[in-house]
Amino acid sequence: MDFDVIVVGAGIAGCVTAYRLAKAGHSVVVVERGAEVGAKNLSGGVLYCRVMDKVFPGFADQAPVERRITRNYLGFLNPDSLVGIDYHDDRLGKPVNAVSVLRAKLDPWLAEQAEAAGAVVMPGFKVDSLLSEGGKFTGIKAGDDELTAHVVVLADGINSFLARDAGLRTKEPLKHLAVGVKSVIGLPRQTIEDRFGLAGDQGAAYAIVGDCTAGAGGGGFLYTNQESISIGVVVRLDDLVGKGLSSSELHDRFVLHPQIQPLLAGGELLEYGCHLVAEGGKAMVHDLARPGLVVVGDAAGLTLNTGLTVRGMDLAAASGIAAADAIDDALQDGNFGQAAMDGYVARLDQSFAGKDMATYAKAPAFLENPRLFNDYGPLLANVLRGFYNLDGAPREHIIPVFRAALKESGLGITRLARDGLAGVKAL
Amino acid sequence: MLQLGSLPDRLAKARFETDSTSHITVNQGAAKAAKAGPLLVRICPAGVYSLQDDGSIGVLHAACLECGTCLAVAPPGVLEWHYPAGGMGVAFRQG
Repeated sequence: MDFDVIVVGAGIAGCVTAYRLAKAGHSVVVVERGAEVGAKNLSGGVLYCRVMDKVFPGFADQAPVERRITRNYLGFLNPDSLVGIDYHDDRLGKPVNAVSVLRAKLDPWLAEQAEAAGAVVMPGFKVDSLLSEGGKFTGIKAGDDELTAHVVVLADGINSFLARDAGLRTKEPLKHLAVGVKSVIGLPRQTIEDRFGLAGDQGAAYAIVGDCTAGAGGGGFLYTNQESISIGVVVRLDDLVGKGLSSSELHDRFVLHPQIQPLLAGGELLEYGCHLVAEGGKAMVHDLARPGLVVVGDAAGLTLNTGLTVRGMDLAAASGIAAADAIDDALQDGNFGQAAMDGYVARLDQSFAGKDMATYAKAPAFLENPRLFNDYGPLLANVLRGFYNLDGAPREHIIPVFRAALKESGLGITRLARDGLAGVKAL
Repeated sequence: MLQLGSLPDRLAKARFETDSTSHITVNQGAAKAAKAGPLLVRICPAGVYSLQDDGSIGVLHAACLECGTCLAVAPPGVLEWHYPAGGMGVAFRQG
């Protein structure tokens, strides 16, 4: 055996797994296909970081994070209006609950922590296939190079070719996947703080549905970094294909939208990128362990979009903790069979990540509701317009105003009640 | 007003190490039969695919941001797509 454990992929899941196993005294190698750690990694990205404190105490003070999210904005965007709930709460920063991150900065730090704990990190190393013997996975192959280990951890991301080769994943239904297209827009620190009403290292996170995706399933996001803004759209692939839409045009539609554009005024494009996102929720998370093999992070389909929060990195970290603890047990027992590797799945299920995946199991179906992206934004704007647009005509009571807006939207009261109930159930 | 620029201008903001061999292969016959050209052109955020005058699909593999959207949506048999060799392809500076 060359190592106790081989981790494929130096993202959050891979680095957390490697760090904990190295700290427990095991020999660990992390192989990463990017020329440098973080080069291939891209997130929205808000990291709900309480889980990181379990691994790296005082995470937000030590790690290269951007801003501490204390302001969450949830909006319905229409062609000429934006209706939002603006939730600004200083308590979200004490203790810090969520941070904005840029992965090209964060991930190298995570890999350094793993290295300092004794792991070997090998960038520029793309794994071509897995090695197996007698039904147990035994290592990896890259070109003519082979590395062997007791356990291989697949942390190779949403496309995980290795999980497909291992027979753990087949082609996902399109509604289980979305593509995120994101720009990072540079702006002076003071401009960001003034424009978004932030003090010091406070940050804002916007989640917006409606006109940003031209009614397709998905939404727009905007996150403040220290000296830039991450902004973009996430669009479900079934709608992208079915509605004949262009992913880059939807990105531009949101970024240049008259309601959004003023937030970016004077900015300069620093980077344009994209990444696939798992949208299937719990239905996508299956077959995570085989003899000598576990799957973590995006490769395991661990993403959770509730409409209010979009989570992936915290679940990746939780899966890394569960994997490392189960592999630590397996290494002590010298047993790497199916039952030992299933210990990872059990630990994941018992963690907040597994429990949240179960709690929000109905969220993906709720978010498939096209009325969420097409009808509710205009309805809300029309009701509010009924109050604020004092056009000289005498005001009507809220009930007729609401009834008229509802009629204009084409939504019936029964449908509204049903969608509301489905929303409550999903959350 | 914010200038996003053309797709090639935007891509120039990231670093690319171009692999000498393409990591993307289109089966032109299958693509034509499945009429997959316009789909690939519009779903790719990086503008990797283009429709050629002869009806085939052009592939600019050097522009690929490696998201995998094309592979996820392509009809069976149309596309061979894997990651570029180790250390090659896009390198994000922000991520």
